[in-house]
Amino acid sequence: MDEPIARIDDVSVRFGERVVLQNCSLEIPEGAITCIIGLSGAGKSTILRLLDGLLLPNSGHVYLREHDICHMRESQLIEMRTKIGFAFQFAALFDSMTVGDNISLPLREHTTLSEKEIRDIVMHTLESVGLAHTYDNMPSELSGGMLKRAGFARAVVTNPELVLYDEPTTGVDPIVTHLLTDTIKRLRKQLNATAVVISHDLQSIYMMADYVAMLFEGAIIANGTVDEVRKSTNPIVQQFLQGSEVGPIPL
Amino acid sequence: MAQVLREVEESPTAQAVERVSVGVLASVGRRVSDMLEFAGGLTLLMWETIKTIARLRIRFAETLNQCYLLGYQSLIIVLLTSLFTGMVFSLESAVQAVQYGFGSFVGGIVSYTVVRELGPMLSAVVVAGRACAAIAAELGSMEVTEQIEALKSLGLAPVRFLVVPRLLALMIMLPLLTVFADVIGVYGGQWIAHAQAHIGTEDFMASARQTVGFEDVVKGLFKALVFAVVIVMIGSYQGLTTKGGAAGVGKSATSAVVTCIILIFILNFVMSYFLYAGA
Repeated sequence: MDEPIARIDDVSVRFGERVVLQNCSLEIPEGAITCIIGLSGAGKSTILRLLDGLLLPNSGHVYLREHDICHMRESQLIEMRTKIGFAFQFAALFDSMTVGDNISLPLREHTTLSEKEIRDIVMHTLESVGLAHTYDNMPSELSGGMLKRAGFARAVVTNPELVLYDEPTTGVDPIVTHLLTDTIKRLRKQLNATAVVISHDLQSIYMMADYVAMLFEGAIIANGTVDEVRKSTNPIVQQFLQGSEVGPIPL
Repeated sequence: MAQVLREVEESPTAQAVERVSVGVLASVGRRVSDMLEFAGGLTLLMWETIKTIARLRIRFAETLNQCYLLGYQSLIIVLLTSLFTGMVFSLESAVQAVQYGFGSFVGGIVSYTVVRELGPMLSAVVVAGRACAAIAAELGSMEVTEQIEALKSLGLAPVRFLVVPRLLALMIMLPLLTVFADVIGVYGGQWIAHAQAHIGTEDFMASARQTVGFEDVVKGLFKALVFAVVIVMIGSYQGLTTKGGAAGVGKSATSAVVTCIILIFILNFVMSYFLYAGA
C-alpha cells in the first residue's frame, strides 16, 4: 500500500449504549481511492466524520498525516478542514443560496481572492462536474444527480488533499451512478488528491476503487486492493459481495 | 421477623408501590437531567456567541438581511397587537376612571403600563411567536439535512455564520419595534379614551408626560434587549440540537416558542422587580 495520508488508530465510538466502532483501525493510502463498504448502520459514515474531525472518538486516535485530530483546538480543526473536502450523501447545499454562492462560500471565507477570481474558479469547478449552466440556480431547482455533483464541486473547489464522499451513488439511476463514479475518478486525478468513498454499489466500487475496506460489527474485517478483497476467504465478506441471504451475517 | 419483612417485600402491593416509586424517580431524574443539559448547552452557545462578537467576526450583510426578516417583517403584527392592547386597556379603565373622578389620570395609567410593561413584553411575545419559531425551524431543518455539518466541514463556525447575525439583528430591531409599540399603544389608548370617555387629547397627553419619564422608556428598551437575546438564543439552541427529521424540526420549533414565552414572562417580572423597585 502507498503511504497513508490519514489513519484511524484503535478507535472506539459509542452513541449512548450503542457501540458503533470497536477498536477499529484503518489506513487511507495517499493518492488513491479507498472505498469503505459494509452493512447499513455499520459505522461507515462515522469513519468519514472522524476523518473530518466532525466527531471525536470515545477512545483511540485519528491522524491526518502526523497530526492527531483528537487533540486539535477548534481553530486548528477549522484550518485542517480547509484541506479536506466532504461531499454529503444528500449534497447538503445551503438552500438559501444559489449553486454558485454555495460553491463560492469556502473561497470567500478562506481566501483573499477577488470576486472575479472566485467566479472563474467556481465556473471551472462547475464545468468539471458538468454543471456550468447551474451557477445561478437554487439547489431546489436541481435533480438528485445534479445536486450530488454540485456537492462534489463544493467539496473540491478549494483543491483539498483529501476528499470524502458519503454514499455518492445512493438513490440515483444507473446512468447517473456511472456519471458520478466517473466524476469521482476524474476529480481524483485532476486534483491529485486522495478520496475515501462510502458506497453500497459494488459495480461502482469495482470501477473506481484502488483499495477496499469492509467494516463489520465496528471493525475492519477486510482491507486491500479490489482483487484481494474479492478473493477474500472471509465468509462474511463473500456473503456481502454476493448479496446472499445465506451466510454468517445476521439478518 | 425477617420472614415477615420478606413476605411484605414480596407482596404484589409492595412491588407495585416500588415500581411506581422507581418510575416517578426516574421521570424526575430525566427531567432534571434534561434541564441541566439545556442550561449547560445554552450557556456554552451563549459563551461561543459572545466570543465571536468580541472578536468582531460579524457578517454585516447577513445581519442586515436578518434585520429585515426578523424585525421589519414583524412590524405589522407588533403594531396591531400593541394598538389593540392600548385600546382595550383604555376602554376598560377610562370610563370607570371618569365615573370615579379620576379621568385626568387615564393618560398616565395607560402610557405608564404600555411603556413599562405591555410594549416591551407584548412585542417580545409576538416576535417570539414569529422569529423564535422561524429560527428554530430553519436551523433545525439545516441540522437534519446535514447543512450544519456541511458548514463545519467547510471550516465555518455555525455560531458565527447563523447565530451572531440573528442575535445582532434582533438586538437592534426588537427595541425599535418596542418604540413603535409604545407609541401606537399610547395613541390607541388616547383615541379610545377620547371616543368612549370624552377625555381630551391634551389632558390625556399631559397626564402621560407627567407620569412617564425618559428613564421608564430606557428601562423598557433594556427589557426588549434582554428579550431579544432570549428569543435568538433559545431558538438557535433548539434548532442546532434538533434530532429526528421533520418531526424533530416541528418539535424544536414548538419547544422553542413555549420555552421562550415562559422565559419572557418570568424575566419580565424579575426585571420589573429590580428595575422599578422603589419607583
